[in-house]
Amino acid sequence: MTLMQPARNKTTDAYDVVIVGAGVCGAAIARCLSGYDIRVAVVEKCADVSFGVSKANSGIVHAGFHHPADMLKTKLEIRGNMMFEKLQHELKFPFERIGILVLAFSPEEMEVCRRLCAQGRANGVPRLELLSAEAVRGMEPVLSPDVEGALYAPTGGIVEPYRYVFALMEAAQGNGATLLLHWELDRAERNGDVWELRARDSRRVRARWVVNAAGLFADEVSRILAAEEFRIVPRKGEEYLLQRGAAGYPNHVLFPVPSRHTKGMLVIPTVEGTMMVGPTAREIEDRHDVSTTAENLRRVFDGAKRMVPAISTRDIITAFAGLRPTLEDQDFYIDLSRRAPNVVQVAGIQSPGLTASPAIALYVKDLLKAGGLTLTEKADTRTDLPETTAVRRLSPEQVDEHIRRNPAYGNIVCRCENVSEAEVVEAIRKGHTTLDGIKFYTRAGMGRCQGGFCTYKILQILQRETNQPIETFTKRGKGSELILGRLDT
Amino acid sequence: MQVCEYDILVVGAGAAGMAVALACRRRNLRAAVVEREEEPGGILLQCIHNGFGLQRFGEELTGPEYAERYLREVEGTEIDVFCGTTAVRLTGGDAFRSVVTYSAKYGVREFRVGAVILAVGCRERNRGNIGIPGTRPAGIFTAGLAQRLTNIDGYIPGSRVVIVGSGDIGLIMARRMTWLGAKVLGVVEIMPTCSGLLRNVVQCLEDFDIPLYLSHVVTRIEGAGRVRAVEVAPWRNGQADSRNAFRLECDTLLLSVGLIPEHELARDAGVGISPDTRGPFVDANLMTNIPGVFACGNGLHVHDVVDYVSEESERCGRAAADFVTGITDTVKQIPLHAGANVRYVLPGTIAAGRSNLLSLRSMVECEAARCTLHRGEVELATKTFRHVRPAEMIRWNISAEMTDDMSREETQPLDITIQCVADDE
Ligand SMILES: Cc1cc2nc3c(=O)[nH]c(=O)nc-3n(C[C@H](O)[C@H](O)[C@H](O)COP(=O)(O)OP(=O)(O)OC[C@H]3O[C@@H](n4cnc5c(N)ncnc54)[C@H](O)[C@@H]3O)c2cc1C
Ligand SMILES: Cc1cc2nc3c(=O)[nH]c(=O)nc-3n(C[C@H](O)[C@H](O)[C@H](O)COP(=O)(O)OP(=O)(O)OC[C@H]3O[C@@H](n4cnc5c(N)ncnc54)[C@H](O)[C@@H]3O)c2cc1C
Repeated sequence: MTLMQPARNKTTDAYDVVIVGAGVCGAAIARCLSGYDIRVAVVEKCADVSFGVSKANSGIVHAGFHHPADMLKTKLEIRGNMMFEKLQHELKFPFERIGILVLAFSPEEMEVCRRLCAQGRANGVPRLELLSAEAVRGMEPVLSPDVEGALYAPTGGIVEPYRYVFALMEAAQGNGATLLLHWELDRAERNGDVWELRARDSRRVRARWVVNAAGLFADEVSRILAAEEFRIVPRKGEEYLLQRGAAGYPNHVLFPVPSRHTKGMLVIPTVEGTMMVGPTAREIEDRHDVSTTAENLRRVFDGAKRMVPAISTRDIITAFAGLRPTLEDQDFYIDLSRRAPNVVQVAGIQSPGLTASPAIALYVKDLLKAGGLTLTEKADTRTDLPETTAVRRLSPEQVDEHIRRNPAYGNIVCRCENVSEAEVVEAIRKGHTTLDGIKFYTRAGMGRCQGGFCTYKILQILQRETNQPIETFTKRGKGSELILGRLDT
Repeated sequence: MQVCEYDILVVGAGAAGMAVALACRRRNLRAAVVEREEEPGGILLQCIHNGFGLQRFGEELTGPEYAERYLREVEGTEIDVFCGTTAVRLTGGDAFRSVVTYSAKYGVREFRVGAVILAVGCRERNRGNIGIPGTRPAGIFTAGLAQRLTNIDGYIPGSRVVIVGSGDIGLIMARRMTWLGAKVLGVVEIMPTCSGLLRNVVQCLEDFDIPLYLSHVVTRIEGAGRVRAVEVAPWRNGQADSRNAFRLECDTLLLSVGLIPEHELARDAGVGISPDTRGPFVDANLMTNIPGVFACGNGLHVHDVVDYVSEESERCGRAAADFVTGITDTVKQIPLHAGANVRYVLPGTIAAGRSNLLSLRSMVECEAARCTLHRGEVELATKTFRHVRPAEMIRWNISAEMTDDMSREETQPLDITIQCVADDE
């Protein structure tokens, strides 16, 4: 084997581990592996990290009471949940452990809460509590008077998903991992001990190990690797984002009692003070179908208003849909492939994949070790990312200091979310060069006007920073160009 | 953080901000204007079409020309205009009003002033606000953003265009896009009538054979990367008639579905916001519930014609000047409410014994409509207006004589109603 020459050459196309997919799973695995003395690359077909399932979800760090202990996802959910304080401390993404309430509207539903409570305790979820109607309304004044009681899970939390994924990947890259964007795995061949991976545009990389973390397309990637046959069924969820200051903003994540396949229509306060309602849950065929419908808008709001009557469609700023990559047994499938050599499958990562992601990374690391990959901890691993600056979170005095160092902090580009030019430039310099990438990194364009004012300013900054023609800028990668031409004046 | 003291701070240097600052300056007050863009002028700068200034100057100007007249006047005074400066926080107070601003050039400043005038303009309603289902591709723009991209930046946003909403900006952009060489496939309007000015329907649509689909809605957006098509359906009895839906293949969707006053700075300061105008509640002096904080222009309520913005702002400036110079306004103010067929009326009070200029929007369309001011069962004043439409603001001057005896009466609230009448009444 010639591959393992101690060439720590960054431009090499030979890696010990190539991870397919830069969603939350791929990014968490990359960060974990970047702490060892191996060469790691992540290949991602989209224009940026977290553009798959990981961008369109509810952002809840689940507590671990929804599913029984014998499911793999439950174990990883509970283990992942406990890791978030440390992760946030190191990576500085928005996260708050605000707690979850499951609301009961009848004695039968209260019985379900009791069952969930017992199941959660058996799973090892700490501090679960059953609450009376008075107690829960005391904690959450916006609730409907029809609420008869609740299950309270104080360890539940909320996170800004893309910021979390960006931070994981940035940390991985900081420790030497390589990220290849616009890189869609198309073909794979085993050549001796080595995987030869080929992208759709014919670029190649070589790897000793391949981790399949391709989300909705994990079945296709598995096929490309001649590994297990399985089928990912997308289960679609539509959600609505309501503006900051909207009536009915709760202090906890609010759940109804769950049905068989879904946790129901939720009301989710976000770390940034906006609010989400949803998601729906319906199995569909088309893996690209992220459309929303008028009928579901009604269903989502009916569900949300039953819990919080003050919620209004008037406060909608936008709607989106996400697809959960599900397998028939509804569990995660994370294992060494039994058919293809040196492949780890990370498939069926539906909810609570975000919550479980840090634990999934450890689990995959252990599988790789068990499969024979030598993992030696690097001496110089950096666990911390530097704090990033967001003008909206600073006092005027602090902003003044920042402007003195860099005047671009004083130029407010996005008026709704108070995002400065300096923040946009930082996003671009970190490689977020699409409008959506900049939006997810900075929040510019995510507020009430949805980019009505800042779009042209961001285009100008992009042009200045990248020196590319305006026609090349996209919303989220090739095919989503924003401007079709220029006037010749 | 630098502290700056002035008598008056105007937030926003659009048509409203310039007029209000000039009115204050005429009273010899020290006035400053902060504007977040790099240049003053506001939305006028991107309106390169004709149609501004007929009332004000008796001639038809383009937006930039209208702005230019005010800008030149401002330049000739001692008004300090700070561009590239965004007001981020407003606080009321007994001694002074405080506004914190951020700027790359001036850093962070706190303006401590006698009165603050919010002339902040409005923003456009967007897809989320009207809830069009479907995918989320590139190629969906609010009409004003598209106008900015073409008229100021020189970009072409698309080649096959569908426009949602028949407001004036949408109509003007239909013509503009056609001139740019794009194909405009139609303007889709949910209401049975066009919500823009009739002259714009003729000059922007009919002259170019652009279809206007009244009582229609866009029911779905298609396309993964860029918009590929939209589905349009008739709107009947409050529902989309999907059996008669049709597809328009296009790469661009422009939304001209209404404007909302930018009220967040005011709201966060504790200013009451009207659910009808979405701008601040103001009294007869155009002052909000926070003493010394005033509002005018599109940031107060959406105007169709800039000339009225200028007029309203001058009034606002005079009232603010009175406030700062301590001319105490002892005039009694009586609450005024919108009654039958009135979407909103401004201001929220009538000053007794003075003339009061009311702005109101009708909920109905008719050839002739009678506006009536009531106190309970008593009719205090009435006037008939021609060609009343929701899209066009009605302005009614209640003379001083009509309000004279109000100062003696109880302060029972007044209300105003609109009633369609036979044409010859
Ligand atoms: C509506 C909804 C709400 C949810 N809410 C929650 C929640 O509140 N809490 C929670 O814990 N979980 C939640 N989830 C689940 C969570 O979002 C997912 O489990 C998680 O994001 C999956 O991450 P992933 O990395 O496996 O997949 P992805 O994020 O999809 O990443 C896979 C990546 O692989 C790339 N890829 C695919 N094929 C190829 C190829 N051939 N070559 C190169 N790259 C490829 C894709 O482009 C993609 O970026 C929710 C999911 C949905 C849909
Ligand atoms: C697209 C369009 C087309 C129109 N066409 C016509 C027409 O043909 N004929 C006609 O008569 N009228 C027309 N009008 C109406 C008329 O032009 C407007 O009503 C008028 O110009 C509004 O002036 P304004 O000063 O209230 O608002 P704006 O011009 O919007 O000015 C507000 C200013 O405040 C600034 N600002 C806001 N918040 C802050 C802050 N926090 N800090 C600092 N600065 C801030 C903004 O940057 C902006 O410059 C049109 C309006 C629009 C939007």
